[in-house]
Amino acid sequence: MIQCKTSKEIGGMGHSVKRKEDDRFVHGTGKYIDDFTLPGMLFMDIIRSPYAYAKITNIDKEAAMAIDGVVAVITGKDLEQYNLHWMPTLMSDMQMVLPTDTVMHQGQEVAAVIAKSREAARDAREAIMVEYETMKPVIDPFKALDDDAPLLRPDKEGQKNNQAWHWEVGDKEATEKVFNEAEVVVKEQMHIPRIHVASIETCGCVANYNKIDNHLTMYMTTQAPHAIRTVFALVAGHVGLTEEKIRVISPDIGGGFGGKVPVFPGYVIAIAASFLIGKPVKWIEDRSDNLTNSFARDYHITAEMAGTKDGKILATRMKVLADHGYTDAAANPSKFPTGMFSIGTGSYDYPTAFMEADAIYTNKPPGGVAYRCSFRVTEAVHAIERITDRYALEIGKDPAELRMQNFIKKEQFPYKSPTGWEYDSGDYHAGLELAMKTVDYQKLREEQKELRKQGKLMGIGLSTFTEIVGAGPSKDFDILGIKMFDSAEIRVHPTGKAIARFGTKSQGQGHETTYGQIIAEELGIPSKDIIVEEGDTDTAPYGLGTYASRSTPTAGAAAAIAARKLRDKAKKIAAYLLEVSEDDLEWETGKFFVKGAPEKSKTIQEIVFASYTNHPQGMEAGFEATHYYDPPNLTFPSGAYICVVDIDPETFDIKVRRFVAIDDAGNIINPMVAQGQVHGGLTQGLAPAMYEEIIYDEEGNAINGTLMDYLVPTAVESPNWETGHTVTPSPHHPIGAKGIGESPTVGAPPAIANAIVDALKPYGVTHMDIPITPYKIFKKLKDMGVLDKPITE
Amino acid sequence: MIPSSFDYSAPTTLEEALNLLEEIGDEAKILAGGHSLIPMMKLRFAEPEHLIDLSNVPGLSYINTEGNTVKIGAMTREVDAEESEELNKLFPIFKDVGKLIADPQVRNFGTLGGNLAHGDAANDQPAVMMALNAEIEIIGKEGTRTVGIDDFFFGFYATAVEEGEILTAIKIPIPDGKFGSAYHKSERKVGDYATGGVGVQLTFDSSGTCTKAGIGLTNVNPTPLRASRSEEALVGTTVTDEVIEQAAQFASEDCNPSADLRGDEDYKRRIIKVLTKRMIVKAKERAFS
Ligand SMILES: Cc1cc2nc3c(=O)[nH]c(=O)nc-3n(C[C@H](O)[C@H](O)[C@H](O)COP(=O)(O)OP(=O)(O)OC[C@H]3O[C@@H](n4cnc5c(N)ncnc54)[C@H](O)[C@@H]3O)c2cc1C
Repeated sequence: MIQCKTSKEIGGMGHSVKRKEDDRFVHGTGKYIDDFTLPGMLFMDIIRSPYAYAKITNIDKEAAMAIDGVVAVITGKDLEQYNLHWMPTLMSDMQMVLPTDTVMHQGQEVAAVIAKSREAARDAREAIMVEYETMKPVIDPFKALDDDAPLLRPDKEGQKNNQAWHWEVGDKEATEKVFNEAEVVVKEQMHIPRIHVASIETCGCVANYNKIDNHLTMYMTTQAPHAIRTVFALVAGHVGLTEEKIRVISPDIGGGFGGKVPVFPGYVIAIAASFLIGKPVKWIEDRSDNLTNSFARDYHITAEMAGTKDGKILATRMKVLADHGYTDAAANPSKFPTGMFSIGTGSYDYPTAFMEADAIYTNKPPGGVAYRCSFRVTEAVHAIERITDRYALEIGKDPAELRMQNFIKKEQFPYKSPTGWEYDSGDYHAGLELAMKTVDYQKLREEQKELRKQGKLMGIGLSTFTEIVGAGPSKDFDILGIKMFDSAEIRVHPTGKAIARFGTKSQGQGHETTYGQIIAEELGIPSKDIIVEEGDTDTAPYGLGTYASRSTPTAGAAAAIAARKLRDKAKKIAAYLLEVSEDDLEWETGKFFVKGAPEKSKTIQEIVFASYTNHPQGMEAGFEATHYYDPPNLTFPSGAYICVVDIDPETFDIKVRRFVAIDDAGNIINPMVAQGQVHGGLTQGLAPAMYEEIIYDEEGNAINGTLMDYLVPTAVESPNWETGHTVTPSPHHPIGAKGIGESPTVGAPPAIANAIVDALKPYGVTHMDIPITPYKIFKKLKDMGVLDKPITE
Repeated sequence: MIPSSFDYSAPTTLEEALNLLEEIGDEAKILAGGHSLIPMMKLRFAEPEHLIDLSNVPGLSYINTEGNTVKIGAMTREVDAEESEELNKLFPIFKDVGKLIADPQVRNFGTLGGNLAHGDAANDQPAVMMALNAEIEIIGKEGTRTVGIDDFFFGFYATAVEEGEILTAIKIPIPDGKFGSAYHKSERKVGDYATGGVGVQLTFDSSGTCTKAGIGLTNVNPTPLRASRSEEALVGTTVTDEVIEQAAQFASEDCNPSADLRGDEDYKRRIIKVLTKRMIVKAKERAFS
């Protein structure tokens, strides 16, 4: 289905070129943050609060300082002298770097130890004596606005309760009217759990401040090196660290998934330590510290759908309670406090919707990072896909049929959604048809009927989602005022080989391969001849980084356009060399030839060489181009997923029998890389659907803060992912690509949840919150009083 | 995840190891595969001052049949028990349990001796050894003694291995007649400790009557638990469906699970009941196949 316009040797778009970066990874020569060692380097460890909400009455450094090799203990009071104890978050809230008096969540940084070895730092971490006066924490977000709840953020001017902000979109009154008059209304209360990206590599850095040059080199595992440099300059500019004196180097990253976008306090403390002590300081976050000090999701959603008895969706309404922890440290575009949650009207054609969200402060860690999800899209998709199934159940219609009936039709694109988005393109019917054909949907439904007669629990779940990625157009999208464009710079050397640099930063997505393929497609220089470099702010052009499936939609587009600029230049040079006019030339991948005389041609390599050795008078020498791409719209990948589960009626063990994922990511650059992204993404969708959740007790203790109890699924738990695709190119994107990295993570959870709920339909179950585990099914059936009740269809 | 500092010795004879244990006293700890001990040290739940590594002591890793006993050396790695054809021909329960203990990395290091000496009711080998009626061989300065598996586990992390002693071998009797064994545990994901686990071995005479039953339960009691009432219910019967149901019921009643993230008491009792039923059926099948 994928047509390649270039030869295998050139390796442009559509070729399953093997990933270039894998050579160094499989040889063990990748260079991750902990591989950096500088002369005289010190090590930092962080003392963290055992309590969720407490006053610090004393920090006794003495025992720690007595340990051999300990250089310094840094507290909030020390940072306060430099006004470095608070920092702004990406959402313009404020976060403590180190507290001067109050800790706001369990695990919060309380003090830092700097020592000559990692071991000594760790011993000192144990030895520091901190006295606390505990206070009753706010843990349940539903009680955060109670009259007797303590005001958690008195530091914020005018703050009267624990509400961070309110947001809404859509037509409230019109929606209310539709709901009042509708034949059918369904409603479910859902929780999208607090989870963690749990990347293999935790956070870490080596901060190297050089007193003589007044220059900071910050090696850190970040997905957005340039944006981070700007944030550091904003935080530390007043002590003389202005932006030209900061260099951020982001090396190979052992997993990011959105968890490495924010500036965590540890980074700022490490910089402060290096600044104060004058030596490089390394900080590598502990596994448990990593797992319990940031988070993704944690949305409580009331989802409602109104429709007719025969299955026409008329309106949706969603109300969100967002638990942000003690500060809003989410990583969203600044004007979008709920990210792209308003994509939650889904893939369906109806005119009316209303959504609102209230963000709440609690005594939990801040975060709300966009975990493999373009800013709250996972939450939105779960809500719409679950409530759509709930509606189908209510009116007794097959959920596939109901979706087919309501899909936005191919010819309706570009489609204006009731919350204001303009969906660029899609063919939802084709996707679902292919998925249904792949699983033989009708036959499965017949089998299910049979099995139910035998008392067996089998379920089929669908998810037909629309993603919204590639933030984004500068008129709407910025982070702290910086527009969310991204960039590419291509330099072709005289011998026809190239280096290309980008403002994004791969964390496993395969940029070193796929960006090269885009340039190969446009210029005809073989992709193997192109080195792709990212992550060094001194060399790469400015960009906002890699997250939200934005790299291909933005920097990938920039690569294509920069390459096209070079092709325009190449044409001029070719005309000069062939002594014809530009109009007489035609392009065929890798060369220009004279129309009607194909033997008269110049290859791109010859042209490049000429640009350094024999370029036309008046033309700039060299062969370089840069482009900053500002997308005209977002891109809207979609997918049709079908999941089949079998549930053991005695133990309630859940087995995913089949999982078919049909994605539409527009044009595909490298099918193998895309498939790898889908496999990983589906597994990270399985995770919150059946395994992962950070659980807090009433005191605010994270009670599963190790990988022993925070259950990250492995290859053993993963079913055989069956993948496929339909191709509906984005009409506005230079290469018609839409982005693929996050679709599977976004689309998988509701497919799995819907399948499990469908399996439990004979018991009258209409909804279960993810993660759905065997034990939760037991409790649910027990609470409903239907445990071991004989079932019939 | 960095342990506090400690000393380390790697003796090359048992005698040397015993001398070191005596010299250093209660601050010394034996290091076998390290896959229970080192995680506890990294979390600083355990802070021994001195580790005595048994890896260099020869002659502690073997699986030998001696008459009607199979003897397994304490330092035999889990993977070796899992993959030993000789052992699994007699006791296929080792293949069952092998697949369910942690993951291959852990099983390549963890030892059978360590799995028992750790004294953790969440470990799987204890219930297996109960089902098989194993005996444990322990050496000290005073010589060697043998302890029945029912007298081996005392409490949380406490076993019959006393200060200054080393567990050297596990002895498993080969029953007369037809016999079969099986183990399964319910887990939240691979590598997890059991929500509940059940090991069963059944022995039958030529008439098809059950003459001996061993049933051990994992992680549903402060110590590894023998399901005695269930065993008694099976002995003297032909292990019919009704008897199995009864035995399973007894196991679920007699265990003492505590509620945790894996489930509440009710759920764990249910798991024990279901698994007891299934493992009896499987052990019986294996006895006659
Ligand atoms: C991620 C993970 C998951 C796991 N999951 C499971 C599981 O599902 N089921 C399971 O059963 N186990 C599990 N384990 C534990 C694993 O099987 C251990 O290897 C085993 O329990 C201990 O064996 P070891 O040889 O590693 O002992 P060590 O860790 O070296 O020692 C354990 C204890 O026994 C003592 N000891 C060891 N050998 C002797 C001896 N010969 N004489 C006297 N004392 C001795 C030590 O001093 C120490 O106190 C898991 C471990 C990990 C890391």
